[in-house]
Formats: sequence, structure tokens, C-alpha cells
Amino acid sequence: MIEWTNANYLPWLIPVPPLIAFVLIVLVTNRSWWVTVFTALAASVLSWGLATAVFLRSAGLAFGPGLAGAAFGSSAPWLDLGQTQFMMGVMVDPLTTVMLFMVPLAILTIFIYSIGYISHDPRRERFLAYMSLFAGAMLTLVVADNLLLLFIGWEVMGFCSYSLIGFWYEKPSAYRAGVKAFMTTRVADVIMLLGVAYLFAEAGTLDFRTILLDPAFLEKLASTPALIFGGAISAAGLIGVFLVAGTIGKSAQFPLHVWLPDAMEGPTPVSAMIHAAAMVSAGVYMIIRMYPLLSAGAHPHEGVYNAPLLLMTYVGGFTALFAAVIAIAQNDIKRVLAYSTISQLGFMVGALGIGAYTAAAFHLIMHGIFKALLFMGSGAVIHAMEHGEHHAHEHGRHPHNTFAGDAPFDPQDMRNMGGLRQRIPVTFYTFVAGAMALAGFPIISAGFWSKDEIFSEAWHLGLGVLGGANTGYGPAIFLFIVLAVAAFLTALYTTRQVAMTFIGEPRTEAAAEAGLGGPSSMVSVLMQAPLIVLGVLALVLGFIGVHPDFPLLGGLFSAQGNPFHSFVGGTLVEHPPAIPFYWVPLLTSLVVALGGIFVGYWLYWRKPVPAGQADPIQVSLDRISPYLYTWMRNKFYLDELYDRALVKPSMWVSETLVSAILDQGIIDGILHAIARAASWLGELFKRFNRVMIDGVGDGIPMAIGAFGRWFRNIQTGNVQQYLMMAIIATLVIGLSVSALIVRVNTGVILLVLGVLVVIIIVLNLIGRAWGGMAE
Amino acid sequence: MITIGNLVEIPLLTAIIFWPLLGAIVVMLLPRSNRTLVRWTALGFSLVEFLLTLYLFVSYDHAAGGFQFEVQAPWFAIVGSSWHLGVDGLSVVMILLTGLLVPLGVLISFEIDRQINLYMALFLFLEMGMVGVFAALDLVIFFIFWEIGLVPMYFLINLWGGDNRLYASVKFFIFTMAGSLGLLLSIQLIGLTAGTMDMVALAGFWPTFQGSENAFLGIDISTVKWLTFLAFFLAFAIKVPIWPFHTWLPDAHTEAPTAGSMILAGVLLKLGAYGFLRLVIPYFPEQAAMFAPVLAFLAVAGIILGALAAYGQSDFKRLVAYSSVNHMGFVVLGVAAAAWVYGISYTNGAAPWLGLEPGVVAITDTQSGIIAANGAVLQMFSHGLSSAGMFLLVGALYHKAHTRDLRKMGGLWVLAPIYGGILIFVGMASLGLPGLAGFVSEFMVVRGAWPVFTSATLLSMVGLFFTGAYILKAIQKVLHGKPSQEWIDYHHQHHNLEISWREIVAISPLVLLMLATGLLPNWIMPMINDTVTRWFGG
Repeated sequence: MIEWTNANYLPWLIPVPPLIAFVLIVLVTNRSWWVTVFTALAASVLSWGLATAVFLRSAGLAFGPGLAGAAFGSSAPWLDLGQTQFMMGVMVDPLTTVMLFMVPLAILTIFIYSIGYISHDPRRERFLAYMSLFAGAMLTLVVADNLLLLFIGWEVMGFCSYSLIGFWYEKPSAYRAGVKAFMTTRVADVIMLLGVAYLFAEAGTLDFRTILLDPAFLEKLASTPALIFGGAISAAGLIGVFLVAGTIGKSAQFPLHVWLPDAMEGPTPVSAMIHAAAMVSAGVYMIIRMYPLLSAGAHPHEGVYNAPLLLMTYVGGFTALFAAVIAIAQNDIKRVLAYSTISQLGFMVGALGIGAYTAAAFHLIMHGIFKALLFMGSGAVIHAMEHGEHHAHEHGRHPHNTFAGDAPFDPQDMRNMGGLRQRIPVTFYTFVAGAMALAGFPIISAGFWSKDEIFSEAWHLGLGVLGGANTGYGPAIFLFIVLAVAAFLTALYTTRQVAMTFIGEPRTEAAAEAGLGGPSSMVSVLMQAPLIVLGVLALVLGFIGVHPDFPLLGGLFSAQGNPFHSFVGGTLVEHPPAIPFYWVPLLTSLVVALGGIFVGYWLYWRKPVPAGQADPIQVSLDRISPYLYTWMRNKFYLDELYDRALVKPSMWVSETLVSAILDQGIIDGILHAIARAASWLGELFKRFNRVMIDGVGDGIPMAIGAFGRWFRNIQTGNVQQYLMMAIIATLVIGLSVSALIVRVNTGVILLVLGVLVVIIIVLNLIGRAWGGMAE
Repeated sequence: MITIGNLVEIPLLTAIIFWPLLGAIVVMLLPRSNRTLVRWTALGFSLVEFLLTLYLFVSYDHAAGGFQFEVQAPWFAIVGSSWHLGVDGLSVVMILLTGLLVPLGVLISFEIDRQINLYMALFLFLEMGMVGVFAALDLVIFFIFWEIGLVPMYFLINLWGGDNRLYASVKFFIFTMAGSLGLLLSIQLIGLTAGTMDMVALAGFWPTFQGSENAFLGIDISTVKWLTFLAFFLAFAIKVPIWPFHTWLPDAHTEAPTAGSMILAGVLLKLGAYGFLRLVIPYFPEQAAMFAPVLAFLAVAGIILGALAAYGQSDFKRLVAYSSVNHMGFVVLGVAAAAWVYGISYTNGAAPWLGLEPGVVAITDTQSGIIAANGAVLQMFSHGLSSAGMFLLVGALYHKAHTRDLRKMGGLWVLAPIYGGILIFVGMASLGLPGLAGFVSEFMVVRGAWPVFTSATLLSMVGLFFTGAYILKAIQKVLHGKPSQEWIDYHHQHHNLEISWREIVAISPLVLLMLATGLLPNWIMPMINDTVTRWFGG
């Protein structure tokens, strides 16, 4: 019996309200906007409340002793398998706890913002329904106590993002982006499914606690050769690679990152949902969750790596840099953020690869907060631009579509903006708070602390005290260098974005007229209140993870050790080691962040680029090579490559090779050849019959007459149909032969013959009836 | 047992089999002019049949296991055949599926107005054949019902089908007959050699049977076993259909009337898989194990090529038809893995066909075999739901739009929002979205097959990927984009494209069951699992 006061049952309830809201909106309230708003909002508030209660309890801040080393949760039998049962359940451990702080909060702010954002769309009820399902799926994933339930939430989210990216499905670009997101992530998901199945086969369970808290089992798995490629990789390694592949798709890592920038086609709250609260965060959450398995047999803190860890390090590191390079050359405000997301996720994936467990988790939480903020901020900017465009058009200050040639006005193009700081100040200040976090602005930004922790760990393991015990590991050195460059570029493109959007003179009439309808308008309040909440958090939240030896602040915030590190580290059996404080990574962090910001300031802020003038970075890069900037802006032509190398060929294979050549050409061709041969044989039988019948004279059995007439009925000129006669003839002959050989069995043969005759007569009668009807 | 006034006692299974026949006769006798009466009578009969199958499902004691509700009466003693019926968990699930889908098919067939008496009678007659196969415990009875399932479907396609119905119906008939021929001959051969046609008795001794004095023509018993095995294999392979015997399927499904396609995909294909599980694996454990790798390879071919072929179609119905090749491939993969595990444990790790002594071949844990077989059976059930649902939706649209050409559609979601929502839901169930029925079964098949046929399972993921591709293609081509002016005019002036109430009523049970099975599969799994576990000696 369920005891409702027992905390073990509380996590079950967290994902339930949005799921119920989804069902209610779809079936009941979809005709009324305000009832729908109430339903969706109530659900997200309820989820947030429950999650916060669980958070406070398990963080030890209220309601009791906290986790105290033991996760809580409960499970119930779900599926009978042989003598065993698959248990489905929920669990709260330190990692879940910090996710339960970030995810429901981001969801709640996104919901509030959505209501303002979508309130004029004709399908706004459907939008909130999908958003509710999305939220429910993400919360399910977070509280899941086993990999299968996590995968269920994972895939349902995939469906929701497909639907929401393609929400404006009248637009070809929108539905194509939706399909692209679904299919790109599906590449990864089918591989991940194998990983789940493989793990299930090896462990006999998918329960996180049973698998991940059992070092003996993980050790055994790491020393078992894999079922395929067994010479090269262990079972644990292969499972790990499969799972990491899932994250490469879900968290948009190279080479499966291509769906995420296109996902901008969806309404902006969806982008915030995908980039911050859910979807991509889920990918990183999963590998952090599965880290004990992924690192089975490896000891990254002692320089022993395995396949999944190396995969994560190199893919994550490369992606972080690659996406940052592309982001510099983008002009779409949301696209810049999209590439920044890919890049930041690369930071996390790479960090986990070198064993920086808590640093990865820390950056995941911080990123969730400030990226939600940035996306919603950019949504407010776009809304303001559309408003301004509408206004300018209304007042007739300019004829439509004059400023950008014949191209339609693009409210997301930063080249059309400028000077929005005066028009939408609240958005500006909150956006700057988010941008500071993204750029890693020192001390007063969440991103600074989380990135600093990654740098410290990479430095410690890579170069550290040169010649010291635990230093000189290649992957860590690689990561440190790559991430330092990526962080510099991040600070640069973020500053460029803020400058191009908010600073200087408006470059278009729309930007000059931009606005959210005044400070007291409903839309303005709904869309900007969440920004303020998140903006404050983006500035101060990082203080929960300050290094204890950090000058001044360490003693202030982390007197008893780094709070985040010691709390989240408790997820693992063996607490991850705390690393010493180093000046080099801190200085690196300061130099790249401030350096990037300074270069951005110098190029874009100090003297804002006027309308129509080429981008300064483009100008300098073009001096080196004219292709460089073009390649960057065109994302290194990966989309085009995939289209030509994968999409087009698979369409050809399916339409031409499989359908036309294989099925209709070869297989049916062989059949038709057999049919032709058989019809020749049937003709022979018919002649034979005629001779026989003529010979016998009047003794023609009724059945054969009917049979013959039926033959005539199906002589429609289609040779294949003769095959039928041939079969029946063969059947009769076969039966007769066997009847000759064994007399015992005559009964059956007679029976079957009788059935056949009846069938034939019925066939004939119906054929006639049908013929009569046709007349 | 159904008791009528303490006088007549009809065994439940007999009632379940013959009630539809009674319905068919009654419907034929009804006046042709009163179509409403014919329709509702047929619906009434099929609904009562559904209640009977539901009663069977509820009252079968899965924990006790074994064949229950057995009926045995002398019938054809001279060939060792008797009227023997009985059900285990597998049969019960399949009978429930049949009982569920037929009323929905009848309801959808209300749109038929040509020869409605004959149509409905054939439909009910077909139900008798299908239920009979699942309930038969005697090979002759099995074969007779097997053939009964074939004939009405031939006419449903031939008389009420689409433009190319002649070709499709004859192709269907010939393919199936080609399988039936071997099935019939080998049933005789088994009966002759073993002296009985009783399926339960045969399952007990046939695998170890060493022949008797009155051997047929003095043929060696192992030859008999091989011949009969191959014939069974072929017959069931055609029915499933296993690649490359599948080309009848897209034609037959595409040309059949909507309800015909629903039953064809929903139930008739399962007869083949049922044959594998009921006859091939238990009767021929060694041969099945030897063929299991081949079967796994063909299953993967079906999964991949079926998905690719579906992706390549521009006819909506043909796309859905090919999806069955793809989905049934997972059933076959599960069957293959189960056959391997069952056969190798049967021979104690020997592979006589390779000259390997007992103990040489690794005996994969029976848990994998159990999970694979569980997955195959649940996949049969969930594919029954989703394919019937997809065909229903294709038919619903075709009935109004008079085209199935995906290239001519687009943007219809604006005109038919409810239809669009349901299509996406059912499409996602077919795609195997977690939380819906297809995922649970596919996951089990993948889990069960992975340790047994690792490379095949790995390859099957390519097919699973393209499953997504063709479902999304269908949804996109039908729903997405802006509707053309022609469609808007058509919608407003000729025929409302939105799904009708009758169609909503017909699809709702499917939608609910897809969701229920995806979220709480244990409403049905113990029924399957207890039976399957017993096969593997659990």
C-alpha cells in the first residue's frame, strides 16, 4: 500500500501533473485558451513545487536529514520476463537533486514566458499541450531509476521536439527541420537502444543503483570481451560507446549536431526548452548518470582511459571548438545561441571524458539556467523586432521590404538590429547577465565558475605540477588547449552578439520602432519576468561551486569544501577526488574570457558596425583566404555533404533499388516467369483434360465442368493468374499420387478433395453472382 | 462452458469458433434491401464474439498454464485425427486480438454498400477460420481452419478490392496455396509416420520419435522430419511473410478493402508466426536451431528491405503495407533467437549438422530465449493494433479523398485536425515510440536476440532507423505543408476530410490499447510470459 506521506513515493508525482495536463488539453480544454493556460500553468507550478520539496529535503535544507548517502525512491513490477520481473521506479540521489533544482525551474519560467509568446497563435492550445508533454517526459527522465524509463522519457522528448520544431508545419523549412531533428537523433537512438539491450542482457536489470553502485559487477563487465569486436573492446566499453553515441545525437555533438541549429524553426520557447531545460541536457545528464559504467575499467585520474572516455573527450573537445568557430560567422541571433549550445555541451562531454564528473554536472546546471535565459531573451528581441516591423510598416515610414533588397524582412537577423538597449532595457540587462555567464565573465557569472572548474581539472590532469604524480595525460592536455581556445571564441561571439543586437544606432526602421508594447502590457510582463529571475541566478548561482582555496571567495562560500562538488560527488560509490587550486587555469580562464570580450568590444561595441557594412571579422579573414569565412558561415557545408552522401542515396536505394529493382524486378520477375511456365503447363493439362473428357464422353463430372468454367472466368489475359490453376492441378495430382501409394490415407485425401471441390463450386457460384451483378 | 437453460452445454471454444459461422448464416438470410439491418446484425454478432474472447482471456488461468478449455471428441479416427481444441496463453492472446479487430473491421465496413450480405458473411466466416487455427490442437483441424482463413480473404479482395484486385487476389491465393500444399502433404506424412494427428501428443514425442515399422515407403525418419520441417517452414514463411516471400503482401494489402487490410495485417500474418511457435520450434528443435541463423538473416533482410521499400512508396496504403514486412521482421527475429536457444538447449549444446558434439556450442541463457519469444508474441499483438490502426486511417482518408497518392496530398492537417492528431499517434505507435505498444515488444526482441544473433541484431537497427523515416514521410506528405486550393475547395464543397464519428469509435479501442500496452504491458504479459517460460522449461 502506498503511504503518501513517505518521501519514497514523492518523486513519482513530479512528472505527473504535466502529463495529465497534456491529456486534459488534448481531450478537453483545447477549445478554451484561458482554461488551457490555467491547466498548463497549474501543472508546471505543481511539478515545480513538488520538485522543490524533494530538492529541499534531499539537499538537507528542510524536511529532514537530506540524502545522507542513501538515495530514496520506490519501484513497482512492470513487465514479467521469465521468472523475473522488470521493476519500474523512481529515485532521487544527489545528481537527481541538482537536476530537480534546474529543470522544473527552467520549465516553469519557460511556461510563463510561452503564454505571453504564443497567445496570438491560432494553434496556441496545441502548443501548450506539446510543451506539457515535453516537460512531463523530461521530468520522467530525471526521476527515473532505470535506464529503460530514462530512454522512454528520452524518446518521448524526441517526439515532442519533432512536433514543436515543426509546429508551424505550413512552412516547409519548419517541418523539414522537425524531420531532420527526429531522424538525426534517431541515428543515435537506435545505437543507444542496443546499448540498453546489451546492458540489460549482461546485468539482468537496468536499475541504476544495482548496476552503478556495484564495482565488482562493473569490473567484471570491463574484463569481459564484447560480443562483437570482442578482441578490441570490452563489454562495458561497447555498451559505453553505444550509450555515448546516444548522447552524441541527443546533445548535438559532432557529427550529429546538424539538427540543432535548424531546430530554431520552432517557436522560441521550444528552443529554450530544447537547449536548456530538456532534450540536450538530457543527453549530458544520461552520460553523467552512467559515468560509473562508462568509466568501468578506466581510471582517468591515473591516466587509464577506455574507449567511451576517449570518445567523449575527443568528440566533446572537438565539438566545443568547431561549433564556436561556426558561431562567430552567424548573423541569426538564435543560430549563434544554437552553436553556442553545441559548443558548451562539448565542454561538458569532454570534461566527463577526462573524469571531471562534478565539473561536468556543474556546468550542465549552470548552462541550463543561463541558456534558458538567453533564448528567452532572444525571443523577446525577436518579438520586439516583429512588433517594430509591424509598427514601422503601419506608420508608412518605409515601404515594405526595402532595406534588404527583395528578401523578406528577417526579425532574427542581427544585422537588422542595433540600439535595442533603449527600446527593451529589461531584456537588455537580463540578456547581458546571461551573456556574461556564457562568456565566463569573472566572478559575477555562473559560467565562470563552472568553466573554471573544468579548466582546473583538465590542467591538473594534463600539465598540473609538471612531473608530479598524476599529470601528463594526453587527453587532458588536448582538452585544456582546445577548451581554452573555444572559451576565447565564446567570449568573442557572445560580445559580438550583444553589441550587434543592443548597442549603437538602430540599423533598420524595425529596430528603431522595436518594443514589447510598453512596460505594463501583459506580453511584456509575461515575457520579461522570467528573464529577471533567471538573470539574477545567472549572476550568482555559480557561488555554490567555488573552489575552497580560491582567494577570498573560497573562504567565504566554501569554508567546508566546495558545496556542489561534495554534494554531487556523493552520487558515486567513491567520492571523486578534490583537485588542488592552481593559478594557471584560473589565469587562463581570465585571459580567454576577458580577451574574447575585449576583442568583441573592440570590433563591434566600441564602434558599432553600420548597416550594410561587412563584418569586421569577415574583412580580416578574407584577407587570409576568401574561403575561410564562407566556409564558417556555411557550417563547413556539412548539411550539403550529408544530403548528397546520405539522404539522396538512401532515397535512391529505397525508391529504385529496393522497390523497383529488387521487389518488382527480380523477385516478382522470377514469380512471373514461374507463372508463365505454369500457365503453359496448365494449358497442357487443359488439353489433356479435353482429350480425356472427349474420350469418356458423357461421363463428365459436375466438378470438372464447374472447374473449367471458373478457368474461363479468370482468363483475364494476366498470365500470372494461370499459376492458380497450375497449383490446384499440382495439388490434385499430388494428392492422387499419394493416394495411389498409401491407401490408408484415402480418407484425408477424399476429405481434402471434397473441400477443394466445394471451394471451387463456391468460387464459381460467387464468380457468377458477381458477373450477374456486373451486368 | 456456455449453458443454455440447463439443457444445452456448449464448450466455450466450440462456441467461439462457431458463433461467427452462425452469424454468417444469419446475415446471408437477411433481406438484401435492408442494409442497416445487415450491418448492425453483423456488428452484433462480432461484438458478442468479442465478449466471448474477452471472457476466454479473463478466465484463462495463466499461472496454472498448459492447454485449458480443452475439447476432445472422436472425429476422424481412421487417420488418427480428433476434434481437439484447447488454448494456452499464446492462443488466448491471438484469439483476443482477432475478437477485437473483427468488430472494428465490421464497423469500418459500414461504408460498403455492394453485396453487403455476402461481404459481412464472408467477414464472419473468416473470423471462424482465424479463431479455429488458434484453438486447434489437431493437425487436420488446424489445416482445415488454415484454409478457411484463406478463401474468404480471396473473395474480399477479389470482389470488393481496388483497381488491381484480380492480380492481387490471385497472387495472394497462389502464394498461400503454394505453402498450403506442402503443409497438407507434410501433415499427412507426420500423421502416417506417427499414427496420430494430435498436436499435444506429437509435441511430446515427435522430436525424439525414431520411427516405427510402418514407415512411409520405408523413408528414413530423419528424412521425413526434414521434409516436413521444410514444408512447414515454407508455408509459415509465406504467411508471415518472411523476405523474399513477401511480394504478395503489398499487392494484397493495397487492393483489399479497408477492413480486409486490417484483418490481413492484424491477424492473418500472425497465423504464420503462430505456426512457427506452435509447430516448428517444438516439433523440430534441431532443424529449427540449424535454420535459426538463416531465419535471423531473412528477418533482418525483411526489417531493412521492408523499411526501405516502405520509404520508397508514394502510395499511402502501399507504404503501410510494406511496414508490415518491416515489423513482422522483428517477430521473425525473435522467433529465430528463440528457436536457437530452444534447439541448442534441447541438444545439450550439440550441433549435429556441423558434426559438433554436445557441450561444444555455447548454450545461451534461456532467459534470452524467453525474452525473445515474449517479444515476438507481444510484437504480434502490438503490430496487430498498429497496422490495423494505420490501415483504418489510410482507408478513412481514401474514402473521402479518393486518392492514396502521397504526392497529391499535403497540408491536410489544417483541414482535418482530429484525423491528423490520430494519424500521428498511430504512426508513432507503429514507429515504436517508447510509451506505446510497439516499443516494449521491439525492445524485448532486441534484448533477446542480441546475445544470440549479435550481428543480425546490430544490422536490424538500420531497419529500425528507416522505420522512422517512412512513418515521418507519410505524416509529412499527408499532413504538413499548406493545403492546395483544390483541397480546400474539395473539403468545403465535396467531402469533409475530417475523420467521421464512426471511424473515431472504431479506432479508439486501438489507440487506448496501444497506450495501455506501452505504459502498463503487464496487463497482457503474464499471459504470454507464463506460457513462453514453460516452453523453455521454466
